[in-house]
Amino acid sequence: MDKLITVSPSPHYYGNEDVKKLMYGVVYALLPALLVSVYFFGIGAIIVTGISIVSCMAFEYLIQKHLLKTKPSVTDGSALVTGLLLAFNLPSNLPWWIIVIGALVAIGVGKMTFGGLGNNPFNPALVGRVFLLVSFPVQMTSWPAPVVSRLRYADAETGATPLGVVKEGLEAGVPFSRLLDQIPGYLELFAGYMPGSLGEISAVALIAGGIFMIARKIITWHIPVSILLTVFVFTGIIWLINPYDNADPVFHLLSGGLMLGAIYMATDYVTSPMTPRGMWIFGTGIGIITVAIRLFGAYPEGVSFAILIMNAFVPLINKYVKPVRFGEEVKYG
Amino acid sequence: MGTAAALILFLVARKFHVEEDPRIEQVENELPSANCGGCGYPGCRAFAEALVKSDDISDLNCPVSDSESMAKIASILGKEMAERDPVVAVVRCNGTPGHRTRTSIYNGAESCTIASSLYTGERGCPHGCLGMGECVEACNFDAIHMNPDTMLPEVTDDMCTGCNACVLACPRDIIELRKKNKKERKIYIACINEEKGGVARKNCRVACIGCGKCVKVCKFDAITLENNLAYIDAEKCKLCRKCAPECPTDAILEINFPVKKKVKEEVQ
Amino acid sequence: MILTFPKGGVHPPDNKLSAGSPIQVLPVPGTVTIPLSQHLGAPAEPLVKKGDSVITGQLIAKGCGFISANIHSSVTGTVARIDRLPDSSGYRRLMVVINTGKDDWQEGIDTSPRIIKNITATGGEIIKKTLAAGIVGLGGAAFPSHVKLSVPKGKKADILIINGVECEPCLTSDHRLMLEKGEEMIIGIQLIMKALDVKKAVIGIENNKPDAIKHLNSILKEYEGVTVQPLKVKYPQGAEKQLIKAVTGREVPSGKLPIETGAVVHNVGTAFAIYEAIQKNKPLIERVITVTGKNVANPSNFLVRIGTPVASLIEAAGGVPEDTGKVVNGGPMMGKALNSLDIPVTKGTSGILLIPESESSRRPAENCIRCARCVSICPMGLEPYLLSAASENKKWEMVESEHVLDCMECGSCSYICPSARPLLDYIRLGKSTVSHIIRARKQ
Repeated sequence: MDKLITVSPSPHYYGNEDVKKLMYGVVYALLPALLVSVYFFGIGAIIVTGISIVSCMAFEYLIQKHLLKTKPSVTDGSALVTGLLLAFNLPSNLPWWIIVIGALVAIGVGKMTFGGLGNNPFNPALVGRVFLLVSFPVQMTSWPAPVVSRLRYADAETGATPLGVVKEGLEAGVPFSRLLDQIPGYLELFAGYMPGSLGEISAVALIAGGIFMIARKIITWHIPVSILLTVFVFTGIIWLINPYDNADPVFHLLSGGLMLGAIYMATDYVTSPMTPRGMWIFGTGIGIITVAIRLFGAYPEGVSFAILIMNAFVPLINKYVKPVRFGEEVKYG
Repeated sequence: MGTAAALILFLVARKFHVEEDPRIEQVENELPSANCGGCGYPGCRAFAEALVKSDDISDLNCPVSDSESMAKIASILGKEMAERDPVVAVVRCNGTPGHRTRTSIYNGAESCTIASSLYTGERGCPHGCLGMGECVEACNFDAIHMNPDTMLPEVTDDMCTGCNACVLACPRDIIELRKKNKKERKIYIACINEEKGGVARKNCRVACIGCGKCVKVCKFDAITLENNLAYIDAEKCKLCRKCAPECPTDAILEINFPVKKKVKEEVQ
Repeated sequence: MILTFPKGGVHPPDNKLSAGSPIQVLPVPGTVTIPLSQHLGAPAEPLVKKGDSVITGQLIAKGCGFISANIHSSVTGTVARIDRLPDSSGYRRLMVVINTGKDDWQEGIDTSPRIIKNITATGGEIIKKTLAAGIVGLGGAAFPSHVKLSVPKGKKADILIINGVECEPCLTSDHRLMLEKGEEMIIGIQLIMKALDVKKAVIGIENNKPDAIKHLNSILKEYEGVTVQPLKVKYPQGAEKQLIKAVTGREVPSGKLPIETGAVVHNVGTAFAIYEAIQKNKPLIERVITVTGKNVANPSNFLVRIGTPVASLIEAAGGVPEDTGKVVNGGPMMGKALNSLDIPVTKGTSGILLIPESESSRRPAENCIRCARCVSICPMGLEPYLLSAASENKKWEMVESEHVLDCMECGSCSYICPSARPLLDYIRLGKSTVSHIIRARKQ
């Protein structure tokens, strides 16, 4: 042989998964929810999603190229996912410049300051969203009503989210059974016919994407199931104690950003624990904090805050929750 | 409430107060506080404690400090400090791409230790430099760098403190600390290959083939031959430069000497 | 029922191209180079010198100490030299070079194909003869077999597991051996059972080899105490601890030897070699080796004399394909890449794999995205991402406390990593450094 041969340590076979494939898998899983959103919110959904994706990817490229002077890795799809998830957490009538600020915070502060993909302790899209929520509370909580404003963007008709309606009503002393008339039916909630952030509305589309991701082994079932189960059980107990003043658990599952958060945001690789046991602790924590904020906090919705809070605990969980080693607990001999 | 807390704090502080030898502080101030670990202790503080504690400090040495500050430390402690010659790191491999041909492509983690435990390396020499710069990474003083042309590490003599970090980092023990001479002059055998002459030469054109010519020519018994490899003892060497021209493979390097007259004429 | 081990594991592509190719006897080469260290443990001491004539089967080097193995001449001829020559890593080790002449065999070796079923040797004799015949584990690690036949004092073996898993992709030498030398191998199993004094033996075979399972089952009707256990295809099922877990459900405690569970594991090739040593008086001088690769003209299984150059083996399979980028000694998961084809085949060589250039280098490594795949597939329940990072940053205490010594270097983590990080490279570095630190601490 006259050619040089390669010598490398074993193994000599490599799996066919790469970061890009995983990220695009998430993108494919989000497409049904995006389509539902375009159906209900029309042109606004397209504009917000487009601006968010383009600015996230642009900021990633510019920061890597000019500030960090590293090779831009914008093609790996992670900025695309961040952009898409950020858009999913925004109302579809948000002015373009607020979206750009959100993208800058998400990518610049949430991701790049920590060293880029893999090193950020908090979910970048949520950092962006929460920053916007505290900075622009009015714009961030004027939700376009579905269907009616399909052809309007900034001047869309707005309405309150079901969660908002229920929270306000319950605080005013109206029993939950009477509030049911003021919100869409559960089947409509399941399909996504309600005011809300553009990607969070349709439980059915989000669940379909989630099943796709679990089947393709992009994510494991532990985090979504533990979050949804915790929310269901926790709100269920409270509802059983006092069904008069509390919303039922099915309403909690179908409303707000719970599905989006549980299936797509909390399962972000970088900011979630490494072991199944750790994932259960993480998911249960998110569930409890979410319910606590929804029932007792100032905001009607708490998924984003819950995920960010639990993100902070991930290093601790990883340190103390270890996988069971082979031969660690011996049942024989 | 505040008073109670203050009282508790005060009492705790009193209870846990540790009487410390003030000399530790003094000694530490004399040390370079580079925390390089060259002395074998985790940091300058730990080294200072060791200096104060032990009765005989002749074995303890900070390779980074000059003899002046070491003498100062000795006087603080009232102990004897061994006199030490300044040393400098020397890379004993001259296997540039021109001298050894590449026989394979290494495709693994960028680490000399990993490559060395896997196989002889891209250039086939089982003793030669692997060129991935673990020594460069180990240096705390920015004194050693990879030369992109020779693909070998180069030591900047006046930056080198002789802390031994690169010597420990090299998985092949190529780097040696040698006595510093006037004008940074040095003569050494730039090869540690212990294979027989033919094999060594096949791996590298400038390998020491263990012929022993240099040993014969040395008047000061400074050169020894062992396991097919000659070695120049820096303590005994008088830098007379007799050995270098004798070497049939140019394995002996003379650094920072004026060009010899004879050679000059030949060049002209 | 089809069993497997429960924790972790991966499914690399099978690529068993040579499964249908019967074992061919490779002609004796002109010269053989026999390394004196072909086994785990101390190198053997040479008994011959330059110019001596040797005959096939003659003892040419004696094992030193308990963990070592004898070495026999694999050919008849004269010793050309005893010299330090490159091994599979390129480093030089002592080897005996023999120029071959006529292929005579030492007296007393039965070279006929007759199968001798009658077992006359006692347990002690079996162990002694295994030691004398220089038999080592033929699965890859080349651990001297007599050590594994002698149960340590105070321990009791109650089950023998025969490793016919061959979980490494590409390799088919064990598969062919089970098909073609099944009966001999089973007599070998009986011999091992006698030496260990166990009444039960299980042959573990992954069910991607249904023909081998069927064939052995048909022979086994005559033999008592031996059964075949089909296993689900999953890498690394052939690892000793994983195989014991899969077959018996017993878990070898961390840091302990398999005998703790009462199980002893031997490879099918080893069982065949023990049969030949005891029943036919033939030392270990040849073995079955797979030569394969995507572009290899004739992926084959050869019966090869120890010491044959790798190059002549590849030549017999149709030569080195044009676009070969990497040559691996062993399987693709745990095999060792070679930097020269002029090295000899040893007792531990189970296959030669030629990988095309397009698949021979890794993708450039990216940042760890903490996807936890390595954690979920680690068959030992370790955290490869953490071990690798700690080792890269030279935090040896952490590497040790995270149980690096449990790692068996199966490579599943590097295989699965979507960021193509060199996880195992650094874990291996950590493992060897920590072993050194521990050894130094004990002194």
